[in-house]
Amino acid sequence: MPWVIGFFLWYAIPMGASLYFSFTDFDLVSAEPVQLIGLDNWQKLLVDPEVRNSALVTLKFGAFALPFAIIVPMALAYLLVSKNLRWRQSFRTLFFMPSIIPFVAAVLIFGGVMNGQIGWVNKILGLVGIDGPEWFLDRTWIYPSLVFIGLWGVGNAMIIFIASMNSVPATLYDAAKIDGASEWQSFRHITIPVISPIIFYNLVIALIGLFNYFLVPFVLNNGSGAPGGATNFYALNFFKVGFQFFDMGYAATLAWALFIAAVAITGLLFWSAKFWVHYEYSGD
Amino acid sequence: MAIEVGEPVETVRRRPEVPFEEASRPPKPRFQGWLTTGITGLVLFVFLMPLGYMLVTSVKSEQMIGNLTGPILPRSPATFEYEGEQLDMLTVPMPDGSERELGMLQPGRQVSQFIDPNDPAAGPIEWEGNWRVLEPSYQLDPQWENFPRAWDLMDFPILLRNTLIIAGLGTIGAVASSILVAYGLARFRIPFLRTIMVILIATIILPRFVTLVPTYALFYRIGWVGTFLPLIVPHFFANAFNVFLLRQYFMTIPKELDEAATIDGAGSFRTLWSVILPQLKPAIVAVSLFHFYFAWNDFFEPMIYLSTRTDLQPLSVGLRFFNTLYDSQPNLIQSGALLALIIPVLVFLFAQKVFLQGIDLSGVQK
Repeated sequence: MPWVIGFFLWYAIPMGASLYFSFTDFDLVSAEPVQLIGLDNWQKLLVDPEVRNSALVTLKFGAFALPFAIIVPMALAYLLVSKNLRWRQSFRTLFFMPSIIPFVAAVLIFGGVMNGQIGWVNKILGLVGIDGPEWFLDRTWIYPSLVFIGLWGVGNAMIIFIASMNSVPATLYDAAKIDGASEWQSFRHITIPVISPIIFYNLVIALIGLFNYFLVPFVLNNGSGAPGGATNFYALNFFKVGFQFFDMGYAATLAWALFIAAVAITGLLFWSAKFWVHYEYSGD
Repeated sequence: MAIEVGEPVETVRRRPEVPFEEASRPPKPRFQGWLTTGITGLVLFVFLMPLGYMLVTSVKSEQMIGNLTGPILPRSPATFEYEGEQLDMLTVPMPDGSERELGMLQPGRQVSQFIDPNDPAAGPIEWEGNWRVLEPSYQLDPQWENFPRAWDLMDFPILLRNTLIIAGLGTIGAVASSILVAYGLARFRIPFLRTIMVILIATIILPRFVTLVPTYALFYRIGWVGTFLPLIVPHFFANAFNVFLLRQYFMTIPKELDEAATIDGAGSFRTLWSVILPQLKPAIVAVSLFHFYFAWNDFFEPMIYLSTRTDLQPLSVGLRFFNTLYDSQPNLIQSGALLALIIPVLVFLFAQKVFLQGIDLSGVQK
């Protein structure tokens, strides 16, 4: 199957080339031949304050936002599989719908609704006597704001959670009920272990999203990093280096460093899986 | 890695319907049903509130937005024509405690004169007090012309055309190539199948920036930067996510069907085309929709490849550019956002069943 080979070439060759570029001063536009500069780019990477800041920003935001990326869709799914709920299908469709909205449009909508002066969020807070902050300009509130924007993208995770929660054998719940387990106890000790592979899957997807997190900060404030560099994400810095300054060799270095970090972090996650992800229930 | 690949076929099965209704448990009391539904409805209301903001703001005028204490709905101060003059309508508290909407004929600090628009013939009504304490009365006044304005200012037809070309051709490429790769992985004896599958999954985890610099350099050298080609051609080389999803589906189709076709003298492409594809329709539709949405949304690559060609940019990039130009006019921005999201949302509402099933399927294999 030549297609299979072609497919791997599409990844393997550029990755190798990317690694090679990271040892050069390649800049695409200048006429001079590309020069091998050894480890210069990698040394620069280690001391570059922009790199350290953007990596820290990305990790900090990740630590804050990843739990929401799991808990919110899981909570919504839990609501939506409830036996008591009416119009379940319609609810499911409507909760998923924002995930279909083009990201740029969603960022613009949130940019308006959370605007300090004209946004509805602060108007509603004003009704109950709270003076809402300037969400996107305040260092304290910028990450919660980004999480709010992200909530419109939980649809996929929610749908997968719904499917997996529906596949939990009802007999397990019945047995727990006979043993006198509360709603929370059966959620904690039955639902969570059974759907743990799905939690894992969604966590991996969310992590990938974090490494590539670019669009929201870029559209929100043109990639200025405001407030105070808090939205200067790694991907944003990569974009500036590679496609605004056209320092392609260094950009390739940044990309490879991200790749190494991504492999390490996802590797850690896969390693941790054996302690908390239970595959024995997943035979359907 | 804990990902299970190449597992027996039986563990994965097609799910034509999500099992929503389970009859095994008795229905709960009515009260709890409405309580849960009410809570869910409330959550949904908050969840979708930004859409409400968008709808309302998109039909406001700049004055309505500028008036921070003004009404939420798109309303403007009402006026009333009296003897050739436009009178401002004010909400006037009457001595008997009621409030009336009256047109102000003669403002004054101590005494003002008003006209009742329902009964202008009755002549001026005198009201004691300073008119400045009175609230203006509003009437609903949606500014529909914001949509044609945004449409023209952002060159919506051009953006839409570009988006459709990129998304359409890309979808054809992605679906065709993914079917071929998935078919190969599902049906042929391939050495190192397990390794191939693991690498396939690894490419999903791969940050896309790793391959971007050389890819960009390549397209730059062959003169493709500033054309649609870098956004379309790569999708003809399949994508791990689609391959994965389609392979799952392939596994559910019994091999006996292929074998029967082979006995009848069909080659592998013929088998794929006439025997397997017809059964694969739901998965193909799902993958097409996924790619369509991916392409509609994709922002980074169109931006870098088409940064110099505003006439070729798709909606996502165009909308952001529009936002940088008209940042100070939220009504136009929200009209633009509405224009950009209306087609994907309508397509979703029509195709939601297939779409949501496709997502289910993507989550089956952990």
